[in-house]
Amino acid sequence: MGRKLDPTTYVKRGPGRKSRKQKGAETELTKFITEGDSDRFTDENSEWLKPAKRKREADHIDDDDDDDSDSQWEQEEDEEGEGQKKKGKRQLIENDDDDDDDDDDLVDDYGASEDSGEGEKEGESDEEVRQKKLQEVMDQETDDDDEEEEEEEDKDGEKSGDEDMDEEDTVQVNIDEMDTFKLPKAEDIAKEGVMLVDLQTIHQRIKDNVDVLSHFSTKREGGKDRAEYLSLLKKDLSTYYSYNNFLIDKLLEIFPVSELIDFLEANEIQRPVTIRTNTLKTRRRDLAQALINRGVNLDPLGKWSKVGLVIFDSSVPIGATPEYLAGHYMLQGASSFLPVMALSPQEGETILDMSSAPGGKATYIAQLMRNTGVVVANDASADRLKSVVGNIHRLGVTNSVVCNYDGRQFPKVMGGFDRVLLDAPCSGTGVISKDPAVKTSKDESDIQRSAHLQKELILAAIDSVNAESPSGGYLVYCTCSIMVEENEWVVDYALKKRNVKLVPTGLDFGKEGFTRFKERRFHPSLKLSRRFYPHSHNMDGFFVAKLKKFSNTVPTTTVDNGIVTTILVEETEPSGDVKVQSDSFDEEKPFKAGSKNKSKKQKPDGKPVVSQATANGKSAKSIAKKTQKNENPTVPKKAKMDNETEKVDKEINKSNIVKTDKETSKEGSRFQKKGDKQRKSHIQSKKRIGKNKFNKLKKLLKNEFGNEHL
Amino acid sequence: MFEKLSKYIGENIKLLVDRPDGTYCFRLHNDRVYYISERILKLATNISRDKLVSVGTCFGKFTKTLKFRLHITALDFLAPYAKFKVWVKPGQEQSFLYGNHVLKSGLGRITENTNQYQGVVVYSMSDVPLGFGVAAKSTQECRRVDPMSIVVFHQADIGEFIRSEDTLT
Repeated sequence: MGRKLDPTTYVKRGPGRKSRKQKGAETELTKFITEGDSDRFTDENSEWLKPAKRKREADHIDDDDDDDSDSQWEQEEDEEGEGQKKKGKRQLIENDDDDDDDDDDLVDDYGASEDSGEGEKEGESDEEVRQKKLQEVMDQETDDDDEEEEEEEDKDGEKSGDEDMDEEDTVQVNIDEMDTFKLPKAEDIAKEGVMLVDLQTIHQRIKDNVDVLSHFSTKREGGKDRAEYLSLLKKDLSTYYSYNNFLIDKLLEIFPVSELIDFLEANEIQRPVTIRTNTLKTRRRDLAQALINRGVNLDPLGKWSKVGLVIFDSSVPIGATPEYLAGHYMLQGASSFLPVMALSPQEGETILDMSSAPGGKATYIAQLMRNTGVVVANDASADRLKSVVGNIHRLGVTNSVVCNYDGRQFPKVMGGFDRVLLDAPCSGTGVISKDPAVKTSKDESDIQRSAHLQKELILAAIDSVNAESPSGGYLVYCTCSIMVEENEWVVDYALKKRNVKLVPTGLDFGKEGFTRFKERRFHPSLKLSRRFYPHSHNMDGFFVAKLKKFSNTVPTTTVDNGIVTTILVEETEPSGDVKVQSDSFDEEKPFKAGSKNKSKKQKPDGKPVVSQATANGKSAKSIAKKTQKNENPTVPKKAKMDNETEKVDKEINKSNIVKTDKETSKEGSRFQKKGDKQRKSHIQSKKRIGKNKFNKLKKLLKNEFGNEHL
Repeated sequence: MFEKLSKYIGENIKLLVDRPDGTYCFRLHNDRVYYISERILKLATNISRDKLVSVGTCFGKFTKTLKFRLHITALDFLAPYAKFKVWVKPGQEQSFLYGNHVLKSGLGRITENTNQYQGVVVYSMSDVPLGFGVAAKSTQECRRVDPMSIVVFHQADIGEFIRSEDTLT
């Protein structure tokens, strides 16, 4: 009475559940296995679909040096067989069922003892078996699960025929499978757009696609060309990693496909936290000791830095320890050490840091100089300057001046620095791991805008360096971006426009900068610049270039000519045209202001501010000099320039206004260019003197002639 | 302002001004007092007044009623010359860094002959300067008084670097 179980149907269960659990999951699951129908699948496809486990067993026994990858392949192809039956059905429930079946099969293959890996997946918590035996099996299993979940809708039914082969053939089969990685047809893609897309599938597809692309000749599908694979890959990458198309395109241009995947993966995870010891107040050894006492797990950063420490984990907030507050260290990314190391400031120098917020590099500079000399820390944003001030004071830097200028105004405010560091504001494509919003928010216009600003800034920086400084004359240009437009192109521009040359950065690791990219060709010395990537150096993406200015006086004149010609001749492709022009200008270099008188007659001195010049952020000084040059009638273009300057007089006011607006409106540069174009055409049309002027001149001549006659 | 300084470091003010590597001066800018060497001062004159944010080290500022408040940023200069020091126990360190006054229970050591209302510099047991304050009780009284009473009034501590970053400039 009261017994709910029917004694006749009672199945003897052996040792109780608890003792079985103690023995391990394998005993539990053997029960499931034996009662299950493991020799055949249990759904409608079971007639023609057979699990390949028998083969797998044989293989496993046969091949002694069967490594994990091989067995993975086997399982993978097995899963494909199963994949067929799941085609079109993407419900997770079914997937789970299949999981179970597969796992059962797996268990069968490797003996009853080896299912604890999947046991874990089922949610059981037996550890003892799991750890030792099945580490690799678990890995395999995760792959398998991925395999089966992804559901190669791409793969078609011919796979099932492959399952009867033995081991050597499995490798062959795998290649076949890769061969037959089919691009999904248009309707499949449309379907995907409508349905919720399974990220696992996409991930697998990406992997396969990359594999095909790397061995394109062997693995390509007949009839499909590379572009189709690439376009599918782009689409998948943007979906999987959440990038916008523009950025994926750009990245594909920079990296080869396999490295691209590494890069994207590296951007998903954070770089390790690094700190820099403040040698003004403490030593790295002492700091490390003190932090370890507080419960921080750390290590020296690497051979290349004597002050860096990398934090693995910490029981106290790193940004709030008493040592931090006392200014013994500063939280700083590892890549930010590099430009200052390249700059290598010496004691007693005057250094400018043009865009210094939040102050990590400026304080590092000061610490390297041991509080001698002067560091001018500038930033265009007043809010961020507060952090600069805070950090300066906290770290005990006494030789600093903090100011709030737009960097482009610098040569005017103060010049003659021994060294200048320019960490230009950029698109931030190297620090995506810190700011994932960059993935979707950047597009072509952003990059162009940044590049334009950077070009102006680098020229201003070069003008602020004193080439004759006894111990310096260096400029370090760096960005936290990996885009060629913001890095190599800007440096190349500077090389053309000023008397500077690239010198080795002193950093012995890192990839060399590009000397050519797509259709552009840069100066060969660009090899001396350095690029750093998150996936290869485990620090934020960075670019560092060190320039030495070898002459002070001349650059301003060449530049002026350069600017003027660029205005006149081109608007779209500065690099190409400037090249042409710069040759002619080299000849003009020796021409000093010979014909000043003539110039004075025609223009008021000092301020024929060509709007282009302002657009390029030249100092008034250089503009004044330029006016002298304009009169040199070496090149026919000069005549144009005269007219242009006259015309420009009227525009002085406009251009001045433009100048002040420069910092706020990045769009302004665009409109500038447009306005220049219009002005240019106007100028060009002014080859002929206007009617009134002509009449005036005629009268003048008449009078003179008349006088002479008399 | 010098009177405030002298409360903490006494006659050592002279040491601040005449340093071996050149004379230093105090410059008033936007109601704040900065301490810089003359050389830097000269360079800084190039920068227009409204664009200049900070020079050298800010020592403190004058309030609207023209009282002088010494900032934590001056700590590095005060600490070596401090005449009266107070050491705080490790447990009480954090509390002081949050801006609380120092209680007798947290008091580790104190220099002899500290007068009441004397300016003191507060250190941690590892001789890391934490801030400064004003002695609430003279040394003698400190010995006698109960553990919960305040012995040092908090005036500035290095926790302010995080708490009030904005007010530093």
